[in-house]
Formats: sequence, C-alpha cells, structure tokens
Amino acid sequence: MDIFDVFLLEAVLNGLLLGGILALLALGLNLIFGVIDVVWICYAEMIMIGMYAVYYLHNVYHLPLWFAFAGAIAIVAVGGAALHHLVIRPVLAAEPINQLLVTGGVLFFLQAGATLVFGVEFRNVGIRLPQLQVGEMYLSMARLIAFGVALAAMIGMSVFLKRSYLGTAIRAISQDRRIMPLMGVDPNRIFLVTSALGGALAGVAACLLVLQYDIHPAIGLSFGPITFLICVLGGLGNMMGGFIAAFIFAQFISVGGFFLHVEWGYVLAFLFFIAVMFWRPQGILGGK
Amino acid sequence: MLTLENVSAGYGSFQVLFGVSLEVKAGESVAVIGPNGAGKTTLLRVISKLIDATAGEIRMEGRSLNAVPAHEVIGLGIAQVPENRRLFPRLSIEDNLKMGAYLPAARARFAERLEMVFALFPRMKERHAQLAGTLSGGEQQMCAIGRALMSGPKLLLLDEPSAGLAPVVVQAIFEVVRKMSAEGYTVLIVEQNVRQVLKVVNRAYLLETGRIKSSGSAAELLNSSEIRKAYLGI
Amino acid sequence: MKYAALALLAAAPLLGMGNYPLHLLIMCVLWGYVYTSWSVMGRLGMVSFGHGAFMGIGAYVVVMAWNHYGLSPWIGAPIALVLTAIVALLIGYPCFRFKIVGHYFALVTLALSEVTRLIIVALRDQTGGSLGVTPNTALAETSYSLGALQFSSKLVWFYVILAFWLGGLWIWKKVDESMGRLALEAISQEEDAAASIGINVTRLKLRVTLISALMTCMGGVLYAQYQAYVNPETVSGIGISLQMVFGAIAGGMFVRLGPTVGAVFTLLLAEGLRLWFGNLYHGLDLTVYGLMLVLFIIYMPKGILGAATQAWEKRRGGVARAA
Repeated sequence: MDIFDVFLLEAVLNGLLLGGILALLALGLNLIFGVIDVVWICYAEMIMIGMYAVYYLHNVYHLPLWFAFAGAIAIVAVGGAALHHLVIRPVLAAEPINQLLVTGGVLFFLQAGATLVFGVEFRNVGIRLPQLQVGEMYLSMARLIAFGVALAAMIGMSVFLKRSYLGTAIRAISQDRRIMPLMGVDPNRIFLVTSALGGALAGVAACLLVLQYDIHPAIGLSFGPITFLICVLGGLGNMMGGFIAAFIFAQFISVGGFFLHVEWGYVLAFLFFIAVMFWRPQGILGGK
Repeated sequence: MLTLENVSAGYGSFQVLFGVSLEVKAGESVAVIGPNGAGKTTLLRVISKLIDATAGEIRMEGRSLNAVPAHEVIGLGIAQVPENRRLFPRLSIEDNLKMGAYLPAARARFAERLEMVFALFPRMKERHAQLAGTLSGGEQQMCAIGRALMSGPKLLLLDEPSAGLAPVVVQAIFEVVRKMSAEGYTVLIVEQNVRQVLKVVNRAYLLETGRIKSSGSAAELLNSSEIRKAYLGI
Repeated sequence: MKYAALALLAAAPLLGMGNYPLHLLIMCVLWGYVYTSWSVMGRLGMVSFGHGAFMGIGAYVVVMAWNHYGLSPWIGAPIALVLTAIVALLIGYPCFRFKIVGHYFALVTLALSEVTRLIIVALRDQTGGSLGVTPNTALAETSYSLGALQFSSKLVWFYVILAFWLGGLWIWKKVDESMGRLALEAISQEEDAAASIGINVTRLKLRVTLISALMTCMGGVLYAQYQAYVNPETVSGIGISLQMVFGAIAGGMFVRLGPTVGAVFTLLLAEGLRLWFGNLYHGLDLTVYGLMLVLFIIYMPKGILGAATQAWEKRRGGVARAA
C-alpha cells in the first residue's frame, strides 16, 4: 500500500471516530429540540460545565474517575432541568426566536461565569490515552472509546424512546402537546425530564471530551457551532439525520484537514452545510 | 357518577358555557346534542380540565374536580376521545394505544386491554405497526376510541365521533358506541348527528348557545316537536 | 431638543475630556453604529447570527490590502464593501427565496460568521491567525495620514465615527420611509400575506440585508482603523455576532436609538464593573451581562429604550385621557 493512501485511510478512520462524538453531541440537542422545540444555543457550554465538574471532582477533590464521571453527568442533568425550569419555561409561549436568544444569554452567562469561577487557565484531567497502532496507521484511543460510548448512547436512547412509556410520551409530545393531559401526562414534567436527559447526554459528552481536550471557559465555542449545524443539516429534531450528518461533517473535517489544514476542513464542512440548506432547507432527513 | 352544577366556562373574556348542569349516572349513556358552536366541545374540555370552569362545580363520584389538574383527571376514571381524534400521527397504532395506558395502573394491564381493544376493533390488530397518520378517518376514530379505552375508564367522553366520516363509517362508529354501552361502559357523547346518536343513547341534553335547553330520554327527545323540527328536519 | 442633545454630544470632547473617557465615548458610538446596522434587518424578524462575517470582512480586507499590497483603505474599503455585498447576496438570496426564517435563518448565518472566522485563522501566514494583526503604521513621522486613514488624535476619530453613526440613524429612517410601515410589518410577520398584496418579499428582504451588511462592513473598517489592531475573535465568529444581537436586544431593536442605548449600556456595565472590582474578577462583567440578557428577554423583550418608550407613552396617554 502506498504510504499516501495509508495516511488518507487513517484520516478517514479518524474521521469516522470523530463522527461518533459529534453524533453524541448532536443527539442531546436533537432530543431537546424534537420535544420542546427549543434550540439550546448554550448546549456546548453545558458540556463545558460537565468537563469542569470532572476536573474538580477528580483532580481537585481526588475522587475516583468513575465517580467524577457519574457526578458530572448528574450535575449537567440537573443543570439541564434547571435551565428549562428557570429560563425556557417563562418564554415557551413567546416567539421562537426569543427562545433561541434566551439560551444565547445563558451562553454568555455560563462562559463568563466559568471564567470568573474557574479562571482562564487551561485545565487538564491528566489522562492521556495511548495512540492505537493498526498496521501503519495510528488511531486515537480516546476517540475510539468516545465512538463506542456514543454508539452505545445512541442505541440506548433509541431503545428507551421506542420501548418505554416515558420514551413513547417523549415522542408523542412533539406531535401534539395540548392533548397530553388527556393521556394523564403532565407536559411540564416531560419537558423537565427531557431537559435533564439532554443535560445527561451533554454530561456523557463532557466525560469523553476531557479525555481528548484541555478544559477552558471558551471551549464551548469550538464545538458549539458545529453541533447546531449538524442538527440542522440532519433536520432539527431528527436523531437519525443528526447521526448521519455528524459522520459527513467529521469526514469533511478529517479528510479536508488531511489535504489542507484542519481549519479548511471546518470551512469546507460549513460551506457544505450552507449549500445543503439551499438545496434541502429542512435538512437531509427532515420532513417538509 | 358525573355531575355538573351551574358550570360556566369560556376562553378569556369570551364566555361559552352559561350555568350548565347535567348528570351522568353509572352505566348510562348520555348524549349532549346541539348545533355547531353551542359549546359542546367546550363542555367536554371543561370536564377534562383542559380549560378551567369560571363558575360552578364538576364532581366525579362525589369528588370535586375543581382543584384537579388536567393530567390527573384520567386517573379518576374519565377518558376523553377528543374532537378530530387527535391521534399522534407519527406514532404507530400500538404506540398510540400505549399512550392511552400511560398511567401506572393502566400499564400493569396493558396486554389484557390491548387484547380487548383488538377484539373490539380487529382492524387495529391487523395494522398495529402502521403509523396513525396514514389511517382512514374511520380507522383513526376507532384507534382514538381504543386509546381512551386503554386506561380502563369508568366514564368515556366522546367528542363528535361521527364528524367528517362517510355515512357507512358513521354507522359503524355508532354501532361501537352502542356496543360499549351494552357492555356496561358509562358514556357521555357530544354529537351533531342527532338522529343517529339518539338511537344509541339512553338520555340526552339539548345544548344551545351555552345553555341546556331541554333534556329527557332519547325516545322523548326523538319525539319532541322542537327537536324534530330543528334537528331532524321533519 | 434633539439637536441640542446632539450638539452637546458633539461638543463633549472639546470640554477637556480625558483620553480614557473619550475612548469610551468613541467605543459607545462605534458599537452603537454597528448594533444599529444589525438592527436595520434584525427588527424585521431577520435575526442574523452572521454579522460577524461582514464586520470581519470589513476589518480584515482593509488591513490586508494595506499591509500586503500597500493599498490605501480608501481603496480597501470599497473592495471590502463589494465583497460584503457579494457574500450578503449569496447567503441572502437563497435564504429568502426558500423562506429560511426564524432559527433556521439564525443558524445558517451563524455558519457564515464561523466560516469567516475560520478562513481568517486558516490564512494565518497572511492574517497572523488567532494572534491578530496590526496595520502597518503610517504615523512614524506625522500625527495623521489621510491616505492610510490613520489619525493619532482620538478627536478626529470621534467625529468620523459620530458621522457614521448619524448616517446609520439616517439610513434607518430612510428605510422606514421608503418602504412604508405596512410593507415593513408585513415582511416581518406575515410573509404570505405580504406577497399576496403584491409586495416582493424576497427583493425587499434582500435590499434590507444588503444595507445592513454594508453598514456593518463599514463598522469593521472603522474598528480596524481606529483600534489599529484586529483579531479574528473580536471582529468575526459566533462571539461577536451574538454580541451584536444581544446589544441590540438589550437596548431595544425596535426603536431607532435602542441599539445605541444597548451599546452604551453594555460598555458602561463592563467598564463600571471593572472599575468597581478592579481586574480582580475576570469575567464578572460578562457574567452579569449574560444574566441581565436572560432577564431582559424574559421580562423586557423590547429592551431598555423600548420599555422606557412604552412606559412613557402609556403615562402620556393616561395624562391625555385624564385631561
């Protein structure tokens, strides 16, 4: 095999693994949008909080890593429910754009609040997983784990939504919010549970991201935008669409970054997004 | 079983119901008939607490519903088949039925009641995996009734089950209503199709511009000249 | 009274204002102008998260043209404006044609502002990447260079930027007048209804977008020339785009002076907190700002000036009725 092709294959495979984590990021946001019809612009900042939670629980309070992970997931889940209760609920009846903007305010609040409380220094949990050598290729172990967990979360979520009563209610509420009480369902409770679930998924993402990235108050800005775009590309609220879009984006970034530079990969991905929006504004899998 | 005393209700400053009183006894099937815009749908919504009564009292088996939130009404044994059926179009028939059995008490008897609904509507069994939005109007109505039955209600509220359906299908739906009251369900049905509904219920109330104008047994109303002129065109 | 206030504002720097207060005043007017530019389209329901792109093009094109090709900003700015117009049309036309509205529009434009930021970073050999870049100075021997659009005196900048700000307000008024209230409200609320009474919604929206984008681009040019330093994060990308949106919302994007009030409010809040607490609590200003934004959107969606005007009119209406 030509050496060039090995590197290209490596880029493709790493892109595949990156796709897994992007898909996980999109999953929580899609869940919330699908059910509550609100885009959390501050979703990546929720993840940032989760990453700090892992850091503090593990590196500052010296709790075992698994406990730090569980704690971070729980903290972000509670944060998600709180976000819904305190911020989203008061504007649910307002214009949709206000719901988008209010979470944008939360973005500023969380990002600046993190600067205030945690400082601007880069933090690191200090776990560096080895690179995995396959033949002549090197694959990121952290990404492989992230890919596996993301896949498991996705399957778990889909089983939960299909099989359980709560999951069925979550699917039902986006189709007809107002008759839910006739089924004995309190819509507010479903919204709260969904928000907590979306938060928990952000928490899971946080646990996977601390294995690969340094923690910083502004880290949300580096993967927030791409997460929204993946969701929109897949059709907002459409989990399968988001899943596919995540892998498409990841290939643009990884392979584009291989030929040019990683920023160009992002540029290509974003331009691709804009082009697709004009071709299918409802997203690749979104219904009309 | 269900009593309404001087219930008034409306939307904002727009009052629809003016001091409505009625009663449904256990085992009975009762119809509320009246023209379009008389407040029939509002009446059922107020019973289900989807909107609050502005005055008066609603009691289910002696218990006042005034302070009960909407999502707890079904737990008291009141299930509603809403106007226009309102199925979840992108859920399968089975998932729609599952939503009807959302309450913990109903979940425990899901399999048993599913069999019952499938026995009542064999068509639902054949198409259990089909998306509700792809069903015909009559099938949707059956699914909606089935969904309400899944909670094992004491009282079934039906809102215009014949609306928008072909005459043959209307026949079939009323046959279902008749069968259910024969099986001992307590039914409160709101209908514009006066001729058909009076054939299958025990008693009826006539609701006009938000007020009860008259009431009586189905036979009495069928024979009253007022009803015959205004609603049956005889 | 309007002119008296304006005269006072124009005369203020002459009354022996220190360098720092003057700088603050300039920033208020500059950001007031930029937020006003954003609101020209934002108030019509076209909430763009992409104006960082236009500002970034304005700022970087003039600096790049000057540093690499020795082209004066007098040539660089028109190039930037042409480029902005092309980008605005390329993104605007399909959006309006295919009725991409609401948060879809916001997210598509968000992608645009990120693309701009990433391109600036990716061209790091030319642009200095995320470290930013300084325009080569022409002020080594003189205190001003008209050709390089560089002035050491803040006073000159104050009047230049004040003129742009006034121009921005004038354009806002002209947009209102040229389209008529009916058309304006129609495109923001009921697009189909507007189309049915013969209003070409796509063209109307496109025109407003073009005006808003070009104004924002000039804001970028002014910012780069005044600050003599640009950084991809401060002139493009999601951060600055959101800053424009929220500045306009805080002040009130439906009234003409609202965005300016928003700029004054946010700057004074940041500076006030900084003076009060010193640099001890880094991030405090934005934390408070974020919290206030959330409260504003929930409780005062019309913004400071919007709410104040409303309260004032209500009171006056009450007085009039009483009389």
